[in-house]
Amino acid sequence: MSLRESARLLLGGAARKPAAGDYTPEVRRIHELKRMDGANRKALAEEMHKRHRTNHTWRNRRWVTLILVNLLFVVSFWLDIQLLEGSLTASRFLGFHLIDLNSALQVMLAHKHILVNLVIGTATVFVLWVLLGGRTFCSWVCPYHLLAEWAESLHVHLVGKRWVSDHAFHRGLRGMLWLLFAVLAWVTGYTVFETLSLTGILSRALIYGPGLALLWVLLWLLIEVFYSRRAWCRYFCPIGLTYGAVGLASPLHVSYRLENCFHEGDCRKVCLVPHVLECVIKGRATAEKMDIGADCTRCGLCVDVCPSGALRYEVKGLSKLL
Amino acid sequence: MASSPPHKAEQARRRFLRALIGGGALLAAGTAGWLPLARGGQPRLRPPGALEEDDFLASCIKCGQCVQVCPVEALKLADLTDGYGVGTPYIDARAQACDFSCDAVQCILACPTGALSYVKPKHLATRAGMRLAGAPILLAKEKDPEPKLNLKERAGVARLARPDLCLARQGKGWKGPSREAGYKGMLRFMEVDRWKPIPLNEHPFNLELCDLCVRACPIKGAITLEALEPDQASSPPAPPPPVGEGRNRKTPVVREPCVGCGVCEMVCPTEPAAIVIDPRRGWEA
Repeated sequence: MSLRESARLLLGGAARKPAAGDYTPEVRRIHELKRMDGANRKALAEEMHKRHRTNHTWRNRRWVTLILVNLLFVVSFWLDIQLLEGSLTASRFLGFHLIDLNSALQVMLAHKHILVNLVIGTATVFVLWVLLGGRTFCSWVCPYHLLAEWAESLHVHLVGKRWVSDHAFHRGLRGMLWLLFAVLAWVTGYTVFETLSLTGILSRALIYGPGLALLWVLLWLLIEVFYSRRAWCRYFCPIGLTYGAVGLASPLHVSYRLENCFHEGDCRKVCLVPHVLECVIKGRATAEKMDIGADCTRCGLCVDVCPSGALRYEVKGLSKLL
Repeated sequence: MASSPPHKAEQARRRFLRALIGGGALLAAGTAGWLPLARGGQPRLRPPGALEEDDFLASCIKCGQCVQVCPVEALKLADLTDGYGVGTPYIDARAQACDFSCDAVQCILACPTGALSYVKPKHLATRAGMRLAGAPILLAKEKDPEPKLNLKERAGVARLARPDLCLARQGKGWKGPSREAGYKGMLRFMEVDRWKPIPLNEHPFNLELCDLCVRACPIKGAITLEALEPDQASSPPAPPPPVGEGRNRKTPVVREPCVGCGVCEMVCPTEPAAIVIDPRRGWEA
């Protein structure tokens, strides 16, 4: 996916159908072959499906990582071992400043005065997440993501029983909110979004003890169970957009191989941001290998669910190097 | 898109409307952060070195690193009831004051954004009376080569808010732990352990005349006990004290070096405390 297209999706643009001229000749041939060989491939896909056992390899690795990172914050304070001091908005790992990019942005805009420590911490975290994939922060670190995943499975279950239905929002909302909260911070001098940040509230509650602010988290979980699937992470949270923008330049992403794909769409059913997976729809891929866009949280659910290995993690340049 | 089938256009219209309403609701919730400010709730006592309140709220990143380094756990983080102050550190002096057990104002050292700072940037305002006349001398370090705290402004000022309750003014002494049973606050006593604060109530007193606020104050010259002039006594004048008690009546007097740490409010044995900290109030000569 081109950088421009990736950014456009990040800001809420709808995925486009490629024009005839976008396909490479080789890809056009593959699409053509798949169409002609339809019945055969369908049988092959069914066979694949029978053999593919649902596995949760990447999900489990991710959950363990997420829990360990947050636990490290908690025990650093409770046991006073000073490994990772602070909370997700800002911390020190073995003495090195780490500062959440979105929180740093809010403080810089509201305070209009930037300290060296703030710059060091922000730059470190920026480099870290460029290397690790940007929104990787969302699915591998943010504690709300884990709660939201559990709320999501409840929501999907209820949708299956036809007790609730999913209400989508326009995806451009997140970009608008990002802009408005930036303007609000600058104009009012308060870090307005920090009052609402589920990440910040939850991280502090875990480390320093619960408070009334957890009711705000609970409200969002209820919204996500009964009204709109993954509403906060999909349509609202500006932190996701900040890290998404960082991920634009990241070498770590999920990549898609047209050759291996049977276009059954299981990946899009489990995905938090299915618009990044439009290229897996029959006839949409314009290259044999497509990089999934920056809005992808690199959560790996699609990698786990794909029965034919068409989706994999990839570090750009690394495969060439090895 | 003109080519979209009607139900698709309708879905898109609904998505847009929901975004409009949902986004509006979130912004409204964001502005609700003003409500507690507008109500003018209790001003919070901020940690030492905090910028003026507006600047403090703008610059605090709400990470709690200051909370983690405090040896007496004096800092707490505010909840949603503090509006935009959610997650910002404050001191409830009566529960646990800042006794400078850390010697070096560790919370300032821990702050990554400069919300707590040794030296305020020049362009940031400091109200009259907030700036200390000189760097405060920490009594615990008085004999060290560098006895001063790197602190330019005070967090507030102590005030004898309830003179009628003050034991010294009644000429009364104090026996036993200074606070009620079950009290958990910690304080460093030089005569017990130079480096380690102990639970306040593990250090009972036996005083002829209560001078706990003066005795416990960690800052040199911040509070003294002065003889009570007859016309200074509570009005209407108290009845003549019984023999053996109250012949020697004195009053605590807060002095300019007071940094507003809250130790006097914490140790005051009366309930409620006779002496309290006025958070964010400057020195008025």
